[in-house]
Amino acid sequence: MSHDLWIWMAAILTLAIMSYLYKDNPVYKTAEYLFVGVASGYFLSIYYNNVMVPNLFEPVGAGVGGLFTGKFTWDLWRVGALILGMMLFTRLIPRFSWTSRWPMGLLVGAYSGLAIIGFAQGDFMSQIQDSLIPLVEPGTAGAFAAAHGFTARLIAALDLLANGVLLLGLLSTLYYFFFSQEHIGFSGRVAKVGIWFLMISFGASYGFTVMARVSLALDRLRFLLSDWIGLRII
Amino acid sequence: MAGSEPILERLEHADRRWIFLIMLVAITVPLFLRVDLPIRVSPEVKGFYAALEALEPGDIVYFAADYDPGSKPELDPMIKAALDHLCRKDVRIIAATLWPAGPPLLEAALDSIAMGRYHKTYGTDFVNLGFKEGKENVMVQLGKSFRAVYPNDYYGTPVGELPLLAAKNAAGGWAVDTFRDVKLLVNISAGYPGTKEWVQQVRTRYDIPIVSGCTAVSAPEDYAYIRSNQLSGLLGGLSGAAEYEKMIGVPGWGTVGMSAQSLGHVTIVVLILIGNVLYFLNRRRRKEAA
Repeated sequence: MSHDLWIWMAAILTLAIMSYLYKDNPVYKTAEYLFVGVASGYFLSIYYNNVMVPNLFEPVGAGVGGLFTGKFTWDLWRVGALILGMMLFTRLIPRFSWTSRWPMGLLVGAYSGLAIIGFAQGDFMSQIQDSLIPLVEPGTAGAFAAAHGFTARLIAALDLLANGVLLLGLLSTLYYFFFSQEHIGFSGRVAKVGIWFLMISFGASYGFTVMARVSLALDRLRFLLSDWIGLRII
Repeated sequence: MAGSEPILERLEHADRRWIFLIMLVAITVPLFLRVDLPIRVSPEVKGFYAALEALEPGDIVYFAADYDPGSKPELDPMIKAALDHLCRKDVRIIAATLWPAGPPLLEAALDSIAMGRYHKTYGTDFVNLGFKEGKENVMVQLGKSFRAVYPNDYYGTPVGELPLLAAKNAAGGWAVDTFRDVKLLVNISAGYPGTKEWVQQVRTRYDIPIVSGCTAVSAPEDYAYIRSNQLSGLLGGLSGAAEYEKMIGVPGWGTVGMSAQSLGHVTIVVLILIGNVLYFLNRRRRKEAA
């Protein structure tokens, strides 16, 4: 068993959180509230020291100090940011709540501009460009013909079909979200193929999610069994 | 009455806590009994390895460790493996994070690998710039000037006093100040902001190659960037970490955890199959009874 007080603390809190798997209980609730409180305090201190102090208090303090010594600095413009930040809190006063829309509009506008450019340039166009591919990748047919053995032929066959499958999946999935035409007859069958591709993609996402959750559970087990109890795991 | 329910019906509605117990046993046993399952290295992991292997001694890498304790079990193995690989190649590292809870984790990994295992010198071989709020804004600004975004490192030292960032070039400017001076961006990502944002904001804008290690949850989304060559390599979740550990020949928690992980997956698959079989059997039985 560990002799470290913090390991004991972490182990007890881990067990408290895991007790929810049996059923909701006061021990779980206590650990949950403790976590929320500690996390809030941590983030508040981080943001105060990392954002407010270096970006506002220090430069504005230096700027105000400079006014008394006759040295003007442009850092005083940050007072404007402080005022805009304070205006966000006017939502708490119904009479002046409309003023909170100005800084909110500025935030939404700035982030939209940044996100749209990034998305259009780095995501949208690049992915479209990458989708403009030949139905059969050059060289894959020859590789398939030259492959020997079951595994090699299987891999070569998959390579040969890869672009076709990608295009089929892309077009059928896009068509599934095209609602201006009723999905009946041939178009219904295309949309159905799109659903299948979507299902496979959701299945892959679910599999990855399971892997992530099992990894988290494993790490807690390793902590409890090895770090806390002191058992030797391989 | 539950007691009069047929056994198949009772099994279908079994208490979910039995499933938790079965999963607990399934992932605990491989931690004590050696179960060597083969680890096949995927092309994405080979790409990650190749990108780091292509670096020359003295090259500079921007190491963006965007994660927090919630994803430490998945991402710590890949951070340690990547740092091991970079230190072995004598590459200089500029490390930073855009996640507020990231700096202590990054510091621990750098202390353990760069200083502990490879005896690298802080300030010369690697620096830890710590956390900066601003998400995509920070990414874009880093392309213009590292020191404008991070005037001080994680410990409060002005970056001008760190030899790695204080060096001047022949023209008298800073030798290391933007992504132009960096050979590769290694991103370890737990979500937002992370790989997707680095690709969107930095990859095309500053034309810098990126490799990523991400949580399993975000891996499916990031695979699209491999195909379009926007990512040179990708480690997805604990399995990605295990494959990479195998490539660099340093088995760690990723490798150890994979046996338990695999047995856990097999258990889940079996449980899903049993659940479906029970559902269809009971549905047929109910139809026949009606």
